[in-house]
Amino acid sequence: MRTAASPVPRRRPAPLTIARAVVASLALIGAAAGCGGSEPSGTGQVGPSASAATAAFDLRDPWVKAADSGMTAAFGTLVNDTDADVTVVSAVSSVSPMELHEMTMKDGKMLMQPKAGGFVVEAHGTHVLEPSGDHLMLMNLAKPVRPGDEVTFTLTFAGGGTAEFTAIVKPFAGAGESYDPGTGMNMDPTASPGAGMTMSPPA
Amino acid sequence: MTERSAYRPLSRRRLLTGGSVAVGGILAGAGTVAAVHGADGTPTAAPPVPVVEIGTAMEPFHGPRQAGIATDPQSHAAFVALTLKPGTDRAILVRLMRLLSDDAARLTRGEPALADTERELAVLPARLTITFGFGPGLYDAAGLADRRPPSVAELPPFPIDRLQPAWSGGDLLFQICADDPLTVAHAQRMLIKDARPFGAVRWVQQGFRRSAGVQAEPQTQRNVLGQLDGTANPKVATGALDRAVWVSEGPAWLRDGTTLVLRRIRAELETWDLLGRADKELAVGRRLDTGAPLSGTAEHDPPDFAVTDATGLPAIPDFSHISRAHVTEDRLRILRRPYNYDGVPSSDGQPDTGLIFASYQADIERQFLPIQRRLAELDLLNEWTTPIGSAVFGVPPGCAAEGWVGEQLLG
Repeated sequence: MRTAASPVPRRRPAPLTIARAVVASLALIGAAAGCGGSEPSGTGQVGPSASAATAAFDLRDPWVKAADSGMTAAFGTLVNDTDADVTVVSAVSSVSPMELHEMTMKDGKMLMQPKAGGFVVEAHGTHVLEPSGDHLMLMNLAKPVRPGDEVTFTLTFAGGGTAEFTAIVKPFAGAGESYDPGTGMNMDPTASPGAGMTMSPPA
Repeated sequence: MTERSAYRPLSRRRLLTGGSVAVGGILAGAGTVAAVHGADGTPTAAPPVPVVEIGTAMEPFHGPRQAGIATDPQSHAAFVALTLKPGTDRAILVRLMRLLSDDAARLTRGEPALADTERELAVLPARLTITFGFGPGLYDAAGLADRRPPSVAELPPFPIDRLQPAWSGGDLLFQICADDPLTVAHAQRMLIKDARPFGAVRWVQQGFRRSAGVQAEPQTQRNVLGQLDGTANPKVATGALDRAVWVSEGPAWLRDGTTLVLRRIRAELETWDLLGRADKELAVGRRLDTGAPLSGTAEHDPPDFAVTDATGLPAIPDFSHISRAHVTEDRLRILRRPYNYDGVPSSDGQPDTGLIFASYQADIERQFLPIQRRLAELDLLNEWTTPIGSAVFGVPPGCAAEGWVGEQLLG
């Protein structure tokens, strides 16, 4: 019974995890008239046209799994309130190189691998990044990300636009997926798997 | 009972109707009419009880003062005390309190916490409140011993105490209260998971009162000795609660804060059972049925210690609990917000039961200790109650929507 759904007020970002999306380029969805270079409000504006003044792209409820070293992952819900599809093609953070991953079945085992073509978020749609599903992978931590820390990373969209988000670090036992780096990826060969993350040997 | 059973389907159908209305978002008036029996045994309609609202009701987490103190006590509570890891410092405490405040803000509005693996358990907040308290050790760990409220220190020993380390002390407290035990369990699990990298669970005390909806609100609760418990509490409406509980001046980390004394008090039911009702009433100074002082006729009659009985003795004996606990000035009163506990009896039926006595007051030295000293000295009820745990906490002010609990102290 979904009795709780209706009286709960519309979800708003919690203080720690407000996703600050600052779109540095308007090339995100072609020429977007009426949008400034960066938004003082802290909300990314990716309006596809002058008429859509409040269209926005957001990463809601972002969080990162705590790890001392090696690999870990970032999660959240990509929210596209614009009138056009948005494709996230890459991610970068000062604490680690990042990749966009999906989970796939390979030889009877669920493995994660780079997501070809990036994450497509449909117009007025959402795309969930969660353990056991699509996620943003931090490939090789330069320093520990500890519970309660904040990690900032930048997403780049097809077309060249970028948006910055800040996620809180949570202790989390799950998300221990096996990694299949496949071939030709920009994987640092010296990276060692973080807690709970195991890398399957390249086939 | 068979008659009653016959009416249950009717009641349940109406309950379902209420549920479906709630899904549509119209909660007001979504209630059920329970079938009950009048004095002559015929079914009569009880006043509507809005069953669905109990699950979806919310208490705001954000505000100048923490919730869960002046809040009407919910049915279920878990008090969780942590021992901070050695080496915990102020910066680490900032990380911890930001994490926990974020969890509390989300869970209290019926949303899963971030990284919540059981998100479906979060959807019925049932007036969930999560209140944080700081033990003396937390101020030391933060290097802020000079900001510790002076009265937040281990209580002096009392001759009646039989304190067990397993129920005493603690650096950080979560008081988790809700009108549903599964909601409390889920919040407890989530908070402990997030706090675990920072410290160890020292103790958990789980308690209960009458369930939400089983009696008209507000009513004084009963403890496991059968007594009405909390009649003399300072009330919100008169301003007495504000004067007794909240620190009204001083630096930002004290103002709108309070203090908590948490005592685990075992009820000695085996010897209590040896007393007759009249003796039980003399021990407390109140009637068991109505809660009226022995000098009066109604629960909220002020006790009159000058009234004598037929034999010329005081109607309320000097050794009774209310004689010893009685204070008149608001600034000397305490807010009792207790929960019952009831563990597993021993093989020969000896109960493990009693009271998780939570006392809120602006200043422990000024308010709690004088009362406690008088009780320890000469409260006849001491014969049937034994303090087995004791802990004290400073309760920092609340936080705004962009903030976190403890920011005035640690930020």
